[in-house]
Amino acid sequence: MRTVGEFLIFCGHTLRAVFRRPWQLREFVQQAWFISSVSIAPAALVSIPFGAVIALQLGSLVRQLGAQSFTGAASVLAVVREAGPIVTALIIAGAGGSAICADLGARKIREELDAMRVLGIDPVQRLVVPRVVASMLVAVLLNGVVSVVGVSGGYFFNVVMQGGTPGAYLASFQALGQLPDLVSGELKALVFGMVAALVATYLGLNAKGGPKGVGDAVNQSVVITFMLLFAINFILTAIYFQVVPQKGS
Amino acid sequence: MHVEGLTKSFGRAPVWSDVSLTLPEGEISVLLGPSGTGKSVFLKTLVGLLRPDRGAIWIEGQDLVRLKERELYEVRKLFGVLFQDGALFGSMNVYDNVAFPLREHTTMSEAQVRKIVNEKLDMVGLIGAESKLPGEISGGMRKRAGLARALVLDPQIVLFDEPDSGLDPVRTAYLNQLIVDLNQQLDATFLIVTHDINTARTVPDNIGLIYHGHLAMFGPREMLLSSTEPVVAQFLNAQRIGPIGMTEEKDADELAAEARSGVKLPPLPPIPRQLKPSNGLRRRAERVAGEWCYVNGVTPPPGSFQ
Repeated sequence: MRTVGEFLIFCGHTLRAVFRRPWQLREFVQQAWFISSVSIAPAALVSIPFGAVIALQLGSLVRQLGAQSFTGAASVLAVVREAGPIVTALIIAGAGGSAICADLGARKIREELDAMRVLGIDPVQRLVVPRVVASMLVAVLLNGVVSVVGVSGGYFFNVVMQGGTPGAYLASFQALGQLPDLVSGELKALVFGMVAALVATYLGLNAKGGPKGVGDAVNQSVVITFMLLFAINFILTAIYFQVVPQKGS
Repeated sequence: MHVEGLTKSFGRAPVWSDVSLTLPEGEISVLLGPSGTGKSVFLKTLVGLLRPDRGAIWIEGQDLVRLKERELYEVRKLFGVLFQDGALFGSMNVYDNVAFPLREHTTMSEAQVRKIVNEKLDMVGLIGAESKLPGEISGGMRKRAGLARALVLDPQIVLFDEPDSGLDPVRTAYLNQLIVDLNQQLDATFLIVTHDINTARTVPDNIGLIYHGHLAMFGPREMLLSSTEPVVAQFLNAQRIGPIGMTEEKDADELAAEARSGVKLPPLPPIPRQLKPSNGLRRRAERVAGEWCYVNGVTPPPGSFQ
């Protein structure tokens, strides 16, 4: 309970520091570049099979029902609404968050953060804020990448492997999907990016007990973020279905 | 800088309690103590990295303990701290490390930054190592680079966390000389936390000894070096005989056994001369050798100050 309280205080501290000048633009750009470099490749590689699996799962069943032309719709629905944010969450937490946590944890046990405080610089403003904002930005962009790559993967499997028609695949996009699906996916990604970075930076800043402590912090950071992100995903999805009217209902 | 009744504990384990001392301005003080007595904790408390349970730390009329986080960051600019391993930023080279506080806190042009950084690097003898990363230089160089970074904002108080740990005797001698020279040039207040007795005997103007959760004694160098108080004499002369045991303090049985066996502390060794600045001039805080002993009517051990 105490840790939860401290984490919330830390979040408040970070939020206030976001608006405090000077803004650490350089650190932000470096971090955004760094997080993208560790997350783009795994995100693409995870989302291709995901799109393909959906195409495979639906393919045979849908063919028997004679509703082959709706594979595209299902693929958009599955990838853009759910797989996109979930894959983004996994990658941001697993690749980006763990890297951030390890970096800050190592700085903490080498007393770099104390040295920074003594030099009159708030590590939250100097290090945490650029990382959180960068992680949010990269998560949003990553969600776009995952959606495009996932739908392309589905397209490839449906059209090339299962002999579906390209026109039907593309045309059925509109049947069940709608623009708010993409918007909600991006919003989810934004929240996931923020939560993952906050948890990772908090645990990194509080690592203690030498190199083993850093390892523990990274481990905790990945596990906690996974659980949090899946829970948040459920809540956001539930809200989405309440707020946005669905097609065909 | 003035410390009053400072008490700190972690959970239920007390670290030290009721520590009061005044660091005389412009002088070098050393804080000694057996390992694990919270010397580093004391240092971190002085700069507000840790909050004490009770007590006050007065700097320029402000009580550091009661300052808000934001104000604390301002007050800390008065401090320069040398951490145990230098605490350099691993991702930056030596030059950028030293330039970091200037770039963060001032609007100086790069040319001005370069001038100051080179001056500080020259002070600590690191010209030529600017482009090396902290991982590529030796421990002694890391400490000196950390020192250059600590000095770059012209601090009024410089704190050293075990400057001599992990250094060989020759490098320690060089670093001690550097500390004395810097004190002469900067006229800042220095506090060195260490358990190296040679440093404690020759470098400072004042010595403090933390033992068993409290400040056993704090005063001029000659006062402690001529003291026959068992704890002080035992520690400053690296003896086994006395109240300090292997783990913390000896219990009554051990002390009784020690008394029965008849071993006694050997007589105090002569007080060595204090280390002088290498340019031969005086430091402002420097006192004449033997002055304290003479004024207070204490006979220094035979052979002192030679």
